[in-house]
Amino acid sequence: MKSLSDRVLARLQADMQMPDLSGTRYNLLRYVACGGMGSVWLAEDTVLKRRVALKVLDFAGPADDLGVRLLREARILASLEHPGIVPVHDAGTLPDGRAFCCMKYVEGQTLTQHIATLNLPDRLRLLERIAEPLDFAHARGFIHRDLKPDNVMIGAFGEVLVMDWGLAKVGVTSLEAGETEIARAVQPTQNSLHVTGQGSVLGTRGYISPEQARGAIEVDHRTDIFSLGAILTFMLTGSAPGELPAASGTMPRPLRAISEKAMAADPNARYQSARGMTADITHYLNGEPVSAYLENLLERSGRVFARHRTAVVLVGVYLIMRVLFILFVRR
Amino acid sequence: MHQNSHSGSFPITRHSLVLAAQSNDPATRSRAIEVIAAAYWRPVYKYVRMKWNIAPEDAADFTQEFFSRLLEKEFLDSYESSKGRLRTFLRTCADRLFMNQARDSRRLKRGVGTAHLSLDFMEAEQELATDVRSGSPEDSFDKEWVRSIFVLGLAKLQASCESRGKLIHFELFERYDLEDADPKPSYAQLATEFGLATTDVTNYLAFARREFRRCVLDQLREMTTGEEEFRREAQALLGVKVT
Repeated sequence: MKSLSDRVLARLQADMQMPDLSGTRYNLLRYVACGGMGSVWLAEDTVLKRRVALKVLDFAGPADDLGVRLLREARILASLEHPGIVPVHDAGTLPDGRAFCCMKYVEGQTLTQHIATLNLPDRLRLLERIAEPLDFAHARGFIHRDLKPDNVMIGAFGEVLVMDWGLAKVGVTSLEAGETEIARAVQPTQNSLHVTGQGSVLGTRGYISPEQARGAIEVDHRTDIFSLGAILTFMLTGSAPGELPAASGTMPRPLRAISEKAMAADPNARYQSARGMTADITHYLNGEPVSAYLENLLERSGRVFARHRTAVVLVGVYLIMRVLFILFVRR
Repeated sequence: MHQNSHSGSFPITRHSLVLAAQSNDPATRSRAIEVIAAAYWRPVYKYVRMKWNIAPEDAADFTQEFFSRLLEKEFLDSYESSKGRLRTFLRTCADRLFMNQARDSRRLKRGVGTAHLSLDFMEAEQELATDVRSGSPEDSFDKEWVRSIFVLGLAKLQASCESRGKLIHFELFERYDLEDADPKPSYAQLATEFGLATTDVTNYLAFARREFRRCVLDQLREMTTGEEEFRREAQALLGVKVT
């Protein structure tokens, strides 16, 4: 067999990567991105005439454990119907044996790309919206386990979507509490536990909780609270925790305290829910005290002044005028 | 020992090639080394030519000696798959052998004491002259490895198409995907040329590409020692930049 030129080699590599959609309802449009287990492609659903995102594994393994994981991700997404979670349309196996999952194609920006244009209050409001689907998933017994700025998309209409639930697992606590039957339906099989459990370390440095980094199997939803705290740090400083320690000095103290509480090494010392954390964010936005930070008298006065600026100014003006009036009358 | 580019004829079970190459049975070992040599002789030859800047005939001798030592179990006995990839291991072995030879100043004379593989060094040399040089010799080694695995995959694809009476699928694939022509022929042109409907051309090409992918990954699976190494090597082979 004759050797291959560089150009042919590159062409064959591209061919090899391309998902084989022959005989399916999808037409390949273009490559979008790739990750640890596969790539994402923009395709057209020829039946419904709409654009969709196809997540396709790089290859089919003999035991196809990653295929099991992708199917599990699809089932998790299917069971989590929430405006903040990307909807799944279909899942299966392509003619070339690779597992795929078809999802809504979200046109927009990742959080990383998006935040540069936002002021502080808008960034905090965005964090509240990231926490909503997370809280929804936690209540149904699911843990994301790979929450990071690149897994949050802001769509063309301003919608906030939490993406990539490939590492998600069913939380033990919620199952024990019997909160949901949905979580039981997608409980990992022995095989899929092998993929994501058994002490293996999964997640992204900077956003992964200490217990998850240790490979602890029994992580619960508070691992996502840690990641949410790391995202808050990123949104306020532009860097992941640990990347630029000095940058934390620029964060307002109550927000730094919120971030530190969310990222406490001990899960018991963290906020116990995403909702609890966003309540503090809301308090901060409203000029109210936050539970994570004990302010001194000066800070409290400053906050009260900032919150009731008009009333304080009016009272001040009234008092000054009153004093001036009294002085005038005495004269 | 004669190198056979049709390594598909060697009935190796998945992930068993390295074990076969470490076998005490000379025949098993020899056949396994043939397959390894088929995939690695070009990377080794071009690597030493680029990295050490030695003459073509010295590089050819070195390559023969390298695989001869592999056959004698000098290198592969120390290979442990848990410690790294076969590809990296073999490149390190090539470096070590070259350094030892240079240090001892007892490089073998051309054609003496080495088991002879029938390798087309002339062709490799012509490729070196026309290759676009980019990156380090190590990058070149990796790129040549990809090229070799693809070439072996193509041989498998051809054999598979022949045995299934689908040679026209392979010929279409060869014409459309393997020729260096720019621009590529259109599907309509191929349909006229092969006397087929255009839809048949696209279907046959889809089949050939799917089979090619399977053949290449099967080839790779034979040459790796486990699933983890296979997955990492497959991503390198596909040119996947994992983020």
